Amino acid sequence: MDFIRNFPFFSIMLAMLSAIITSVLPKKAARILNGCAISVCILLNAAVLWLTLVTGESFTYTMGHFPAPWGNELRAGALEALMATVFSGVLLLSVAGGAGHIDLDIEESRVNLYYVMIDLIEGAMLAMLYTNDIFTGYVFIEIMTIASCGILMIRQIGRTTLAAVRYMIMSLLGSGLFLIGVVLLYDMTGHLLMEYMHESIAALARSGQYTLPLTIAVGLITMGLCIKCGLFPFHFWMPDTYGYSTPASSAILSGLVSKLYILMLIKVYYRVVGAEFIAASKILNVLFVFGLCAIIVGSVSAIRENDIRRMTAFSSAAQIGYIFVGIGLGTTAGMAASMFHIITHAVTKPLLFISASGLSDVSGGSKKFRDLQESGLRNRAAGLGFSVGSLSMVGLPVFAGFVSKILFASASVLNPHKMLPTLIVLAVSTVLNAVYFLRTVIRIYRPAEKRDGEPVYTERLAVRDQRAFVLCLTVFAAMNLLLGLWSTPVTAILTAGLNMFS
Amino acid sequence: MKAGKKMKISIDRLRAWSERDTDRDYPFIPAEKSPEKEKREAPDPNRYKNAFEIRAFQKVYNVFSVVFCLTLIAVLLITISYLPRFGEAGNPANNEVEQRYIEAGLEETGAVNIVAGMILDYRAFDTFGESCVLFTAVTCVFILLKKKPTDAERENDRLYEPKNDAILQTAAAVVVPFGILFGIYVILNGHLSAGGGFSGGAVLGACLVLYLLAFGFEKTERFFTERTFRFITVIPLTFYCLAKSYSFFTGANHLESHIPLGTPGAILSSGLILPLNICVGMVVACTMYAFYCMFRKGSF
Repeated sequence: MDFIRNFPFFSIMLAMLSAIITSVLPKKAARILNGCAISVCILLNAAVLWLTLVTGESFTYTMGHFPAPWGNELRAGALEALMATVFSGVLLLSVAGGAGHIDLDIEESRVNLYYVMIDLIEGAMLAMLYTNDIFTGYVFIEIMTIASCGILMIRQIGRTTLAAVRYMIMSLLGSGLFLIGVVLLYDMTGHLLMEYMHESIAALARSGQYTLPLTIAVGLITMGLCIKCGLFPFHFWMPDTYGYSTPASSAILSGLVSKLYILMLIKVYYRVVGAEFIAASKILNVLFVFGLCAIIVGSVSAIRENDIRRMTAFSSAAQIGYIFVGIGLGTTAGMAASMFHIITHAVTKPLLFISASGLSDVSGGSKKFRDLQESGLRNRAAGLGFSVGSLSMVGLPVFAGFVSKILFASASVLNPHKMLPTLIVLAVSTVLNAVYFLRTVIRIYRPAEKRDGEPVYTERLAVRDQRAFVLCLTVFAAMNLLLGLWSTPVTAILTAGLNMFS
Repeated sequence: MKAGKKMKISIDRLRAWSERDTDRDYPFIPAEKSPEKEKREAPDPNRYKNAFEIRAFQKVYNVFSVVFCLTLIAVLLITISYLPRFGEAGNPANNEVEQRYIEAGLEETGAVNIVAGMILDYRAFDTFGESCVLFTAVTCVFILLKKKPTDAERENDRLYEPKNDAILQTAAAVVVPFGILFGIYVILNGHLSAGGGFSGGAVLGACLVLYLLAFGFEKTERFFTERTFRFITVIPLTFYCLAKSYSFFTGANHLESHIPLGTPGAILSSGLILPLNICVGMVVACTMYAFYCMFRKGSF
């Protein structure tokens, strides 16, 4: 059982090693190795989750011969392990579901490089989740940033290149602000390991020293990570980034990558800076307000779109808003609701993006609503997948989105000042979500007007890819239903994980 | 003023280029193919439906970006003034962490160069991450720029090659051998004196690029192709990953590591630091050279 403590480290190194080796492999072998590596990572992290739940406590793991303040360290609790398992699973499914499009969209000689990037994202994701050292966190944020741009621009049409340039600039600005914040914190504490930083910051806060630089450092880190995860008003890079890349990339970027920056932010807040300082600095109120704005602005922008992928992308901006509202409530219940919504969104958004690509395939490759009419009947699996995802995002009972909305609402009740705005925005946004998602669902099932002599062009995926596509949609839809029907175990794990977290 | 005009035209061309893609629902704005003269004329700003918004946005954007930058500069400068003064003994950074690095570093890592001991032994996981950042970056450059040379390029290899410049060639013939020797010295001596894989690798990479500039691709192709590049990056990184995994694993499980530290000061000492320096050096040199080749012609 002690051996399981090695698993976080094994999974990170396995992902990185397979990335390195994949770069010399041909396309087919790259795909197989990628699938195997991520599957093994899922198993390893599931074992870590099991261990943390059985022992009921988190554990630290020294990376090397030198103990904590001198060497690097990993730390695994139930929350990190659950996220690592779910995210790895979503990554595997997104790549499997989008595999057909990976072959169609990407030039032959570059396909194996796509899998290199996926492996790097897996490694960076696990390292960011498990690291207990803020500088290691920064290094892997860098890998994540560059690899995200890689999977975005690998489809070489003009718009993705332009989107990648914009995404790169925004991401680098975010990384830069994060790095400046980390440097300031190091200058005041002399540590990089999270626990030791936390102790010195608590001592500084008690003595009243360096309050201003501390606040600025926290502000810079917050701003940096918010830019990277696309919180309003930094959400404008989202539609292009998610709208034009190959579907697997959109799924990964919106479902996983932006969530990791949020988790990193939470880590900085509660493990490095400490809950007392955060509560005193009122920064959560700022995030709360921006979260509310993000929900409304994201939903309204989504309503105004006439392109299915861009609409889904704007809906991501709104979902990021929900997560920040939960964080902004400042209570454990709010945080648990946010964590649950992170999981909900991670299993729903990839479903939407990948099924939307299936709908476009049977509509001549177009993403416009008017061309998508009846496409739900032409590709039944994709139509069903998109409907399930939409209903979940709207928050219909039985689906995962409903549970997260309930959790947000009940968490807000515990916080008297923020209850009313949260409930009002939740209600309004549910209506707005219903407007754009249900409108789309109705659209894709509405019979199309006959156009003479113009056969509907379909892009045929290979049979194996088609099967993987259907399987991927089925699993995502099943996960949505499972989360919606039996949410109690997940919320129990999340609560246990949050207790272990700080 | 002139520069501003040029900039605007190029933005316009970028937009036109970006909209020429497979998403056919987007308006196709043909790039100006016509003679030079027409190209220089500013495009009609009224051709977009929201021309007014665009112009207003550009004005607001200019003002706002300046204001934003100035605010950020001011905030950061004010913050700096509150921080501990640089180089004072009582600073928070002078704590037990640094003390052990300095006092016990030689004994624990076997490296005379404390910095090498810190980055490749105490905090080796970070450095592994950094090497992977380089790997990620070079892979992304491959994704972006890699292309097969066209027939014209293959036939006329002078397209990307410099003309035979006697001064450059003579200088390179003198500088490159010494430079490479120096780079190797910096890498191999990384655990004994200032330097190491990153700096030595940069010297090596610069020498390779200089050699390429002076003598052209035909000469470098003989010993450096994409295959060579792949193997020189993959093998060191794999070795780094496996060797450090062994060291992390033994360290975390309190097992004895069978890597001898040797006598401090000897060339073969300090355990894994020397081989890791060599690995990092090779990766950095190849990365620099690959960047140059990719940006120059998109292949080796």
